[in-house]
Amino acid sequence: MDYSGMLKTEELQINIGPQHPSTHGVFRMLVTVDGETVTDLKPIFGYLHRNHEQIAEVNTYLQNMPYTDRLDYFNAMANNHAYALAVEKLAGIEVPERAEYLRVLMVELTRILNHAGALGFLINDMGAWQTQLAFAMREREKILDLFESVSGARLMCNYFRFGGVARDLPPDFMPRLKDLLVAMPAFVDEMERLLRENEILLQRSEGIGILPKDLALAYSVTGPVLRGSGVAYDIRRAEPYSIYDRLDFDIPVGSVGDVYDRILVRIEEIRQSKRIIEQVVAQLPDAQGGHINPKARQNVRPPVGDAYARVESPKGELGFYLVSDGSVKPYRYKVRAPSFINLTPLGDMCRGYKVADMVVIFGSIDIVMGEVDR
Amino acid sequence: MPNLSAEDLRVRLGRDLPGAVQSVSPLKVVPPPAQGHAPAAFITGDTLVETARIVDVALYLRDRLNYAYLSDICVVDYLADEIFEIVYRFYTVEGGSSLALKVRVPRENPVVPSLTPHWPGANFHEREAFDLYGIVFVGHPYLHRIYMWDEFEGFPMRKDFPRQGDKYIGEDE
Repeated sequence: MDYSGMLKTEELQINIGPQHPSTHGVFRMLVTVDGETVTDLKPIFGYLHRNHEQIAEVNTYLQNMPYTDRLDYFNAMANNHAYALAVEKLAGIEVPERAEYLRVLMVELTRILNHAGALGFLINDMGAWQTQLAFAMREREKILDLFESVSGARLMCNYFRFGGVARDLPPDFMPRLKDLLVAMPAFVDEMERLLRENEILLQRSEGIGILPKDLALAYSVTGPVLRGSGVAYDIRRAEPYSIYDRLDFDIPVGSVGDVYDRILVRIEEIRQSKRIIEQVVAQLPDAQGGHINPKARQNVRPPVGDAYARVESPKGELGFYLVSDGSVKPYRYKVRAPSFINLTPLGDMCRGYKVADMVVIFGSIDIVMGEVDR
Repeated sequence: MPNLSAEDLRVRLGRDLPGAVQSVSPLKVVPPPAQGHAPAAFITGDTLVETARIVDVALYLRDRLNYAYLSDICVVDYLADEIFEIVYRFYTVEGGSSLALKVRVPRENPVVPSLTPHWPGANFHEREAFDLYGIVFVGHPYLHRIYMWDEFEGFPMRKDFPRQGDKYIGEDE
């Protein structure tokens, strides 16, 4: 017998956020649900908006360097790198070889700590255990200690300068880095085992939040989300900057484009970053030049023109578009933020899945609200 | 396919989509008066496209030249020339450098055809441009403010937006 006509059903609109533990910041999802199934989802944000781009227009170029740290506060080094590249392109500043190696070293350490944190928080969102997050944070602390020794700050590093980096490595840096690299494989293997052999995680991530290849490209997503969907697009290979054309690494890609593929891509990227760091450590003693170009002026006054530079930040394509009017302050300063654009397909990815899956899908994109809202 | 330069693109567009490319005139960039700089003229090397033809040209880039990845849409306010310039940036998935398309619209009536029906990824870029600069994208499915609250008046990234003493910030702040 068909009971469907006897039960009164209707679609319901609910708000998830702005204060919700799974949103990792102030983010709201306006969800239309039919029973337990999501039929529509609108992301609503701007609670952290401070008009970063306009504040940057009243600062000098160098004053904006510490300010870029605050965009994606998990990956301050990667933000510094993209901004330094844009200004160097605009002003025509050369970077010595040793400084390039130091930059790549810092950025790849950043990628490791970001992916470790992203995986830890994702498992936390699934409600499985705190253990994984504690393991990831333990590894992240070791890298933050290294950042503190080179830059004086753990999170807001402000380490890059136009033409190089702020200071050279302290004497105890290399032994500590080598200890970290020795301990790294055990950590990654342990984490992978905890993820891949966990029944809860497999149940909640396999086949969930599928973003097909063609849709991923049309939605302009980048980073691990795009590669999880099977597009081998990595800016370090597609348009090599810095010294990435001399380094040997693989680009992991997923096959289905679900949450599980994004997890696997992130685990493999940790291993590839470790490979890059090992090559950097081996090649660093032979690199020419100091940690900064001594001729590079820090109060730059670039000629009139525009420049766009981008890097593969751990979350995707991070780009800076600058227009110079010939003065010490940028005329236009635009951030192409990966977290912001990767949120565009959230509605399509969640449609048809359960409310509980929505939290997991959102977590698998890996966003930071400081960068989304700007 | 090897990467195209902006020059090659203009040649191809002139052949396949006649009338779409505009000739480039210099724009003035004026530093704030406190810095005591003379305004400078800025001539772009990128391709300037007729506003009404932007969708045609973008689809030509995607379907014929394989530039399928729309990376960025950015607005620049050239207050001295009364113009908004909108910069679209495209890449190929195979790799290489970008192709930028630029569109110029008058500041009094900034209306541009939307790319969102063809690239869903343009959605948030265009909403951001609408929110902060007031550019109207015709054909956008949901053109609402994205950062500011809905009742907010004015467009905060415009160069003539008051930085002090407006209705949201007191005189002495």
